Amino acid sequence: MSFLLFQGSVLAYLLATAAYLVFFFNKQQKVRRIGYLLFLTAVCLHTLTIVARYFEAGYTPITSHHETVSFFAWSLSCCYLTFRWRYTVKNLGVFVCLLVLALMLVAAFSSRDIVPLAPVLQSWWLPIHASVTLIAYGFLALACIGGSMYLLQEREIKKKRFGLFYSRLPSLEALDTLNHHCLSIGFPLLTLGLITGSIWAKQAWGAYWHWDPKETWSLVTWFLYAAVVHQRFTVGWRGRRAAILSIIAFLSVLFTLWGVSFLLKGVHTYAS
Amino acid sequence: MRRDTIVLLGVNHKTTPLAVREKLALSSGYEEPLQALENLEEIREYYLLSTCNRVEILFTCRDVDQARTRVLERLFVDSVSTEDLHQHIYQHINADAVGHLFQVAASLDSMIIGESQILGQLKEAYRHATKKGCTGFILNKLLHKSFSVAKRVRSETRIGASAVSISYAAVELARKIFGSLAGKKVLLVGAGEMAELAAEHLVGQGVTEVVVANRTLQRAVDLARCYNGQAVALDELLDQLQQVDIIISSTGSPDLILRKEDVRPVMRERRNRPLFFIDIAVPRDLDPAINDLDNIYLYDIDDLHNVVEMNRYERDKEAIKAKRIIAEEQLKFAKWLANMEATPTIIQLRAGVEDLVRAEVEKTMGRLGNMEEMDRLGLEKMIAAITGKVVYHPLCYLKTEHHCISLNERIKTIRDLYQLDNSDNGHGRI
Repeated sequence: MSFLLFQGSVLAYLLATAAYLVFFFNKQQKVRRIGYLLFLTAVCLHTLTIVARYFEAGYTPITSHHETVSFFAWSLSCCYLTFRWRYTVKNLGVFVCLLVLALMLVAAFSSRDIVPLAPVLQSWWLPIHASVTLIAYGFLALACIGGSMYLLQEREIKKKRFGLFYSRLPSLEALDTLNHHCLSIGFPLLTLGLITGSIWAKQAWGAYWHWDPKETWSLVTWFLYAAVVHQRFTVGWRGRRAAILSIIAFLSVLFTLWGVSFLLKGVHTYAS
Repeated sequence: MRRDTIVLLGVNHKTTPLAVREKLALSSGYEEPLQALENLEEIREYYLLSTCNRVEILFTCRDVDQARTRVLERLFVDSVSTEDLHQHIYQHINADAVGHLFQVAASLDSMIIGESQILGQLKEAYRHATKKGCTGFILNKLLHKSFSVAKRVRSETRIGASAVSISYAAVELARKIFGSLAGKKVLLVGAGEMAELAAEHLVGQGVTEVVVANRTLQRAVDLARCYNGQAVALDELLDQLQQVDIIISSTGSPDLILRKEDVRPVMRERRNRPLFFIDIAVPRDLDPAINDLDNIYLYDIDDLHNVVEMNRYERDKEAIKAKRIIAEEQLKFAKWLANMEATPTIIQLRAGVEDLVRAEVEKTMGRLGNMEEMDRLGLEKMIAAITGKVVYHPLCYLKTEHHCISLNERIKTIRDLYQLDNSDNGHGRI
């Protein structure tokens, strides 16, 4: 069941991305509307996928690689929708769709087997820690996308050569505000994720902190984001520097998510 | 008898980079350069136009090459090297010169096609030239014609309606930087017409506060009053930079008024809120390096050109219509010029006949100078009347449009018939 739903949502994401890309290039409002509806459909299907998998597996499906990445994509979509609902950032959808689709494809190609959960991980901290962290990642991913768009737009305005992006991307102010909002939501969530993880670790392994690679990298990521947020709120960093740093920090997020799991082994290796 | 050649020399924003243009710009006003050309024998009538986007010299002369060399020498020898000058300067002769002038007047050659400022600048330049008595018969006619062409283009095409101006471009850019302009502050440095226009646009887009800094405070106060703004002295510029968001600079200062080092510390005070500098002055007011600073965007007049370029298509359609009007007017003027070529012949013919009649009258009546005033006037009248009657038919022949015989041929016939060319007293042997 969840398998079919998953296939359906990937397909819907694919179509939504295609529609958004068409809109990006030929600027027809009608296509944008279609893209948005497709995207909504995809998110609904995706939500159902996760619910279905919850019942099939019997635990919150954020343990295996497939589940984590899929949940990450879902949280990114949801973050985007919350923003879209509050205010529109022109053409943000295209970039979000592309990233979501990429994540879904990664999820699609990783093993979808439902593995019984190790007894040590069976705790109600699991859904809290994992979902809070991944939703934080969703906001941070959005900050990274906003930052990239900022850099693209800023480059054209600064170099005074107006190409593909100048007319298609929103104002620098809007992109910077997006970055600001995402960081101010994402960072507290990330902190919360770290704290809950630590409490769970105390329960599961008896110590708050192990210096296991995943934990270490999470901390590095946290410090990077702390730096951006700090600079933003105290010195008034904004624009290009904030954008670059939030992109770097997001790369660190991705490394925490994948690099650590595949390159460095630790307790977090998804139930293998 | 050949008439003088009309020559137009110039540089504009299309052919010449700002760096060269600002050296050529007659920043000291028209007085001095017009003076410089005053006693130049090679040219007869002349006039100068200098705006931010162009410097043009229009003159009539006999020998084009010689006159060109001398004029350039007088005007620009101190500012730019000869090679530079020859590389950038364009030269139009006769019909081309006329066409070019019409295009300039109708704002087809402007950086922002359809903007209306150029006509005012043209009139201003012409006023200076007439005041000094530099223009004559041909240029007076030509310039007046160019004003009426501009009016015709404006009323018959929509080129001015979609006028995308520097100020429009600036607003568009400001919106890409600031998003909404509501609640933003703008600072005008120098209270020129262009700056005023830009400020008007910005206020129309929601800018709430206008601050004017000018060398003469009175002008600043006057302008600030229009927008319920505030006037400040030029020395307060750096303090003001902390408060405002958009700076439009258009002073006539020959030097930079703000440098990178001046602006850098301001950003810290501003907590990096973005600043948008618009430099519409030529020569430039603002250090181009300011653009390298983070969160600061500096556009000079050439950069704005690119923004304008993007909206070109709409106006290009109207521009085609305008070009047709100009071509029409250009033909009309060419005809007038050609008629002008007939004028010396007419004068010569008239003078020749008159001399003849006068000689015969004097032969019979004695010297006119020795007569009673009343008699003399009567005879003078008679002489004029006879002359008029005698030359009436040949003049009709000259002036009336003829299908198979061109004007040049008709002039030649008259000149041969009356032996106007092989005379030694200048009036021909009639």
